[in-house]
Amino acid sequence: MPTPIRLRDLIRQIRAARTAADERSVVQKECAYIRTTFREEDNTFRCRNVAKLLYIHMLGYPAHFGQLECLKLIASPRFTDKRIGYLGAMLLLDERTDVHLLITNSLKNDMNHQTQFVVGLALCTLGSICSPEMSRDLAGEVEKLLKSSNAYIKKKAALCAFHIIRKVPDLMEIFIPATRSLLTEKNHGVLMTAVVLITIMCELSPDTLAHFKKLVPNLVRILKNLIMAGYSPEHDVSGVSDPFLQVKILRLLRILGKNDSEASESMNDILAQVATNTETSKNVGNAILYETVLTIMDIKSESGLRVLAVNILGRFLLNTDKNIRYVALNTLLRTVHADTQAVQRHRSTIVECLKDPDVSIRRRAMELCFVLINTNNVRTMMKELLAFLEKTDPEFKPICASKMFSAAERYAPGRKWHMDTMMKVLTTAGNYVQSDVVSNLVHLIPSSNELHAYMVKQLFRAISEDISQQPLVQVAAWTIGEYGDLLLQPDAEADDPLKVSEDEVVNVLERVLASNLSDIVTKEYAINALMKLSTRFPNSEPRVKSVVSIYGSHVNMELQQRAVEYHALFGRYDTMRAGVLERMPLCDIKKNMSSASLHNGVSNGSDEDLMPDDMPVSKAKPAQQQQQQQEQSSSGLLDILGGLSAPAPQPSRPPENNLLDLLDLGLPTDTSTMPTSLGTQPPIAPAPVNNVLDSLFTSQPIIAPALLKSDIPLITVFEKNGLKVDFSFERNGDQLTISLAANNSSSQSMDNFMFQAAVPKTFQLQMMSPSGSTIPPNSSGQITQIMRINNPTKQLLRMRLRLNYSHGGVEINEQSEVNNFPTSVWQ
Amino acid sequence: MQFMLLFSRQGKLRLQKWYVAKQDKDKKKIVRELTTMILTRKPKMCSFLEWRDLKIVYKRYASLYFCCAIEDTDNELITLEIIHRYVELLDKYFGSVCELDIIFNFEKAYFMLDELLLAGEMQETSKKNVLKAIAAQDLLQEEETPQGFFEDHGLG
Repeated sequence: MPTPIRLRDLIRQIRAARTAADERSVVQKECAYIRTTFREEDNTFRCRNVAKLLYIHMLGYPAHFGQLECLKLIASPRFTDKRIGYLGAMLLLDERTDVHLLITNSLKNDMNHQTQFVVGLALCTLGSICSPEMSRDLAGEVEKLLKSSNAYIKKKAALCAFHIIRKVPDLMEIFIPATRSLLTEKNHGVLMTAVVLITIMCELSPDTLAHFKKLVPNLVRILKNLIMAGYSPEHDVSGVSDPFLQVKILRLLRILGKNDSEASESMNDILAQVATNTETSKNVGNAILYETVLTIMDIKSESGLRVLAVNILGRFLLNTDKNIRYVALNTLLRTVHADTQAVQRHRSTIVECLKDPDVSIRRRAMELCFVLINTNNVRTMMKELLAFLEKTDPEFKPICASKMFSAAERYAPGRKWHMDTMMKVLTTAGNYVQSDVVSNLVHLIPSSNELHAYMVKQLFRAISEDISQQPLVQVAAWTIGEYGDLLLQPDAEADDPLKVSEDEVVNVLERVLASNLSDIVTKEYAINALMKLSTRFPNSEPRVKSVVSIYGSHVNMELQQRAVEYHALFGRYDTMRAGVLERMPLCDIKKNMSSASLHNGVSNGSDEDLMPDDMPVSKAKPAQQQQQQQEQSSSGLLDILGGLSAPAPQPSRPPENNLLDLLDLGLPTDTSTMPTSLGTQPPIAPAPVNNVLDSLFTSQPIIAPALLKSDIPLITVFEKNGLKVDFSFERNGDQLTISLAANNSSSQSMDNFMFQAAVPKTFQLQMMSPSGSTIPPNSSGQITQIMRINNPTKQLLRMRLRLNYSHGGVEINEQSEVNNFPTSVWQ
Repeated sequence: MQFMLLFSRQGKLRLQKWYVAKQDKDKKKIVRELTTMILTRKPKMCSFLEWRDLKIVYKRYASLYFCCAIEDTDNELITLEIIHRYVELLDKYFGSVCELDIIFNFEKAYFMLDELLLAGEMQETSKKNVLKAIAAQDLLQEEETPQGFFEDHGLG
């Protein structure tokens, strides 16, 4: 066998390869050769071959076949072999490898070796690839080495113990006694590793934390000696004495002083000294100050010290070094809850950071800005944030827009300002606005009566210019639908009064409907708005009618269904139309709905702003009245219809839902934030109506698979992560027909939807094929599927469900059991 | 510290040290992701990147990027100092170190790192002590290799 090529020569060869293919062939040739030598148990050159393999591994080629060779090298008596062997073990093995048993033995031997460097290699490897089992096996050895008299070994053993405790916290106990004495050492390496070891122990166990509280004076003394001691070339970094050790001690003090006034008290002085005496012209000094500030803010420190800390951060903010500025923003964000007023003083500097070219800094600045908004500064802050929103990267826009809405809701100085701000955010963020914002706005606009006319005009102006921004168009369409009549009224106050005709308004909505920039949800909003306008614009009724009838054959089922239903409203039930299309009643929004998403509840005396005045009690009343009126009028209508209804055979159509659908259509589709009063009300419509609607539908056969319904109430059998599955029932003797409807209220579509059901053996189950396999997002469509169950013995029906679908690329499997079938289903 | 990577301006990996267990393919993915992310950043940007739930601290020295992943609660500024310390040590050891030194003596770069850090934490704050330990170990290696033998029988 010839002498193998040397490591440096191999590296040279690989680097000389011109193309990736060349490189691959060199590597493959060498790997093949290395494998052969491994097989032949060549001891002389194993070290060299493993070293080459490690280089090849770094280039990204597989090298696992070298694992065992590393173990053989470790077992060799030669130091060179051990050195490369341990290096290879650290690179090629990790916790998961099954050769661990073998290596544990070698490690144990080497940890008792007489050469400190061999012990060092073993400890280093243990600290790198130690699995929980190895931790248990070798903790005793490490503890022995922790008590060694050799500093070189002691510091490595301390960090090994640190690693072992992190892996298996139960093993902490055995290290505690040996750890305490480490702090009396002079050697900085030992001191620092001891501090790290104590820190992890205190973090993991409250008991140990209490135990080590008595070390505070020792730590303070060590820190004091570091600061006071003169120049020591060995540990000096740009004029600062061992910053690495200082930082670690400060961090441990933070943990020991947290929620402990006595411990905190004994740290105050030294923290003040560090904060005032540290040289800040270099990064090292700032690293220490940064750690000091964190400690001061976290422990129960004196108020003077806290002011000092925030001022240090203020100085950081003005630093020319970007790293320091980033750290300042980050720390302010972490400590803002402790002292908002002090941070407010630096507001202008923070706002400036919004314009920083660095994304890390901008993100922190944005987050901090939102925390700092309050009633007093909301106007200026929002102005700055609007400017930021306009220029910022797409990744920030959705979150920034959402937070601006929340902040505006919480701190708006007035209604009009609030509305104006929302308009600006809507137009600036465009399609980046999230859908929850749309429904929030739709709730908000009706609640301020005096601004209806103003808002509808603003929104109309906005979409006359641009119909490409979906959230804006949706809000505008909804508002125009509700308050379209106000568009035509002349307003005396405005500077440039809007003169607009019915036709112009309808034109815009038609454009929205026809535009291929509009998504389906937007079109739904638009068709609703048009329909509503049919009662508000008396002259446009024929136009609306014709538009609506066109969409009766639209490919999208939801849109088509709405169009067909509306068309029916124009026809025989024209008398109903005015009632159905009345303005939506005010709904009771949960106040905390959007404020909850605002960052860290700010706790500075502005609590009264948490309840803005957009829903005073006096306004809630008319809302209720209005709703009652509506119910009355609709039941009145129903009576009339009841008289008209032709006797139909078995009612197989929904008693309540269709009518409620019609009412509901005025609302956006996000049902989760909808007023529950409409959606889940007990049936208000008596049976005859469904006959009417039934015959109405049968005359319009284009309706896609309509749900079968009967007088058995609908149940929801599954609701999770936006997926909602409802069952409605129809029963004919022993035969039960279940119609399943699956809805998706999340923002991503659910694909490959598959529904499986199982029933006890006494039943017979027949599943029909589903209407599709994809549920579109935002409740903009649904999948229906019919199941027939034969229940001759009239047993209690139970069912087990399995649902599979992929959501945003993630495969989801859900199982559930239905035990709450209404008794009328089976009795 | 969870891991440390050294890579060139061309995105070639020069050293990788993992202090947490990860599967090989995850490691490769992380290396790829981070190298592209860092290489696209402009020179005047700050040295910190928020990535997954970690913070990436990186610094460029000549043609090499030194990149460390630390936990959210760790001190970014001192991490920069640790990187700098490592560079200083390499510089002392090789005598004004360059990328080629690290390519051709990658094992030595690892040895140096293992004397500076252990289990992701710094073990020695004195440069002198680190270099002394390395020199002593290099000597051990030389002593066991007979004169003239190293060329043929060592790593070469």
